[in-house]
Amino acid sequence: MDCVETRMSDPIIVAEDVHKWFGNFHVLRGVHLTVSRGEVLVICGPSGSGKSTFIRIINRLEEHQRGRIAVDGIELTNDLRNIEAIRREIGMVFQQFNLFPHLTVFENITLAPIWARKVKRSDAEKQALELLERVGIPEQAQKYPGQLSGGQQQRVAIARALAMQPKIMLFDEPTSALDPEMIKEVLDVMGELAASGMTMIVITHEMGFAREVADRIAFFDEGRIVEAAAPVDFFTAPEHERTKLFLSQILHH
Amino acid sequence: MPAPQTVIPLWRDVRVLRILAQVIFVITLVLVANWFYTNLSRNLGRTGIHVGFDFLHLTAGFRISEGISFESTDSYGYAFWVGIVNTLRVIGIGILLATILGLVAGVARLSTNWLVCKMASVYIETIRNTPLVVQLFFWYTATFLKLPNVHDSLELPGPIYLSQRGLALPVPHLTEHFSSWSYFLVAGLVLACAVYVGRRRYLQRVQRPGFPSAWALITFLGTSALGWFLLPRSPIAWEVPVLSRFNFEGGLQFTPEFAALLTGLVVYTGAFIAEIVRGGILAVSKGQKEAARALALNNLQVLRLVIFPQALRVIIPPITSQYLNLAKNSSLAVAVGYPDLFSVANTIINQSGRAIEMILFIMGSYLIMSLITSAFSNWYNRRIRLVEH
Ligand SMILES: Nc1ncnc2c1ncn2[C@@H]1O[C@H](COP(=O)(O)OP(=O)(O)O)[C@@H](O)[C@H]1O
Ligand SMILES: [Mg+2]
Repeated sequence: MDCVETRMSDPIIVAEDVHKWFGNFHVLRGVHLTVSRGEVLVICGPSGSGKSTFIRIINRLEEHQRGRIAVDGIELTNDLRNIEAIRREIGMVFQQFNLFPHLTVFENITLAPIWARKVKRSDAEKQALELLERVGIPEQAQKYPGQLSGGQQQRVAIARALAMQPKIMLFDEPTSALDPEMIKEVLDVMGELAASGMTMIVITHEMGFAREVADRIAFFDEGRIVEAAAPVDFFTAPEHERTKLFLSQILHH
Repeated sequence: MPAPQTVIPLWRDVRVLRILAQVIFVITLVLVANWFYTNLSRNLGRTGIHVGFDFLHLTAGFRISEGISFESTDSYGYAFWVGIVNTLRVIGIGILLATILGLVAGVARLSTNWLVCKMASVYIETIRNTPLVVQLFFWYTATFLKLPNVHDSLELPGPIYLSQRGLALPVPHLTEHFSSWSYFLVAGLVLACAVYVGRRRYLQRVQRPGFPSAWALITFLGTSALGWFLLPRSPIAWEVPVLSRFNFEGGLQFTPEFAALLTGLVVYTGAFIAEIVRGGILAVSKGQKEAARALALNNLQVLRLVIFPQALRVIIPPITSQYLNLAKNSSLAVAVGYPDLFSVANTIINQSGRAIEMILFIMGSYLIMSLITSAFSNWYNRRIRLVEH
């Protein structure tokens, strides 16, 4: 029973019947999802419905108990080699930024390439400069995260994830912890990233961003994807009652 | 248009008020100090006491059986010095052992193994919630003095002997082959330096991260081990304590007083350090670990590059304050009869009647130790502080 429209062109993430329990609590109740290469998928849905848990399972920050997940042809199993290979393909951006406070912006960005991807230091530094240009804050390289605004920190976090040259980027409510005037600068960077052809899964309630940038919007409720559709259809003709209710709540205030 | 300049009356001008407050404070301080001084000198004059330090050269007349050798014909000044050395000995070894115990217990309390975690919790909670003096009495009278007579000592692997007379351990000493071995040590050191420099240059050239100091260490240990095996007899031998008629001879010996005081201070301070270590590791947020994992760093790299450097910042300042506590608590030595500086000073006061001078000395000694520790701690904190603004 696959309720998600799958565009069979070149899938990069395949999730089939994913289940997850926290103790007795059944958080994910059979998630089916296929994401194509280059697709931008926005996930929305009520708080506590399991959105974060689902995308954290994709790079094994949480373990699923049933179902199957494959990323770019690599099966997500308990094999450490597979897990590390998948993590190398996926960059992640968190709501709370999670920059390393004891390292400078520059060191935050070069750390993983040097240690995990075994890149030469000078190459890692050259790349870090380019990435900082790209997210618009080359002048902050030598500062510490605590010295930056929230919007700047989140842009560094994006640059840090991109430094691993991932094929997929996951965003878990990247703008929810930001002051309103900083949301746009982060969304702009994400928009440019989408335009460059990056495969992205974005959990967000920024419906303006979803309408403009997403290829598809998935609505999550009670541990399942209730429906998924292109933005036009999603906003104008939602199929399920829960989706309609959610949209009316989120769009009318 | 500039704001009109109004004249502020003096009694409402905050700048004037600020200076006035300072002046009043200084005057009060001087008055109080003067009152104390005149009072003290009047009372001392009435009772015929004079304050001075010449008594330090007088013969002590009592014996100290612990630490550097001291005879009853030595002076008070030297007796106090023996006390200071005894105090430093207990503090030094105590800090080292308490840190190790605290690290182990703190990490154990975070363990997912139920038994390990429970045992650590019971240890930490019992020790933190009973008075130190009671614990010292327990270690001294109920543990070390209840050990068997020296002729039926408990023998632990080592051999380590435990008896009413205290603790006797084997001690390493150098044999005649040590001088040949020292050539290997020097060669190892030179080689290690060369390896360090070479490896560092190489890493810089190929721009790879790495641990040149680990390479150097392995080189040094390898060369030393090679020398050890090539020599006909080992360069270091263990001097084992042997039981003679009345007590053990040779080896390293600790009195029951020292053993009880050390055990008490280590077990007590270790429990507090354990809580600090646990807190420090917990203080590094779960998000930091997840961010590092998501960047495909492996477990060891996560720990070394992300968790450890941050936990250390939280852990070091309160741990140094525990070191200070241990230093000050060592004055409870008097409860088990260990001749530390406080207990020796007490004896001197009883015999010479020089209370004021000796109390100045005692306070001065603890103050100097504390100031040195705090100075070091402040310097370290400044060095590792996170930049926030
Ligand atoms: N580590 C955890 N242990 C127990 N319950 C959890 C844990 N993480 C999340 N949950 C619970 O799982 C549910 C889904 O959480 P989450 O995936 O964060 O939802 P969303 O991101 O959609 O708001 C929530 O009810 C949350 O309380
Ligand atoms: Mg969430």
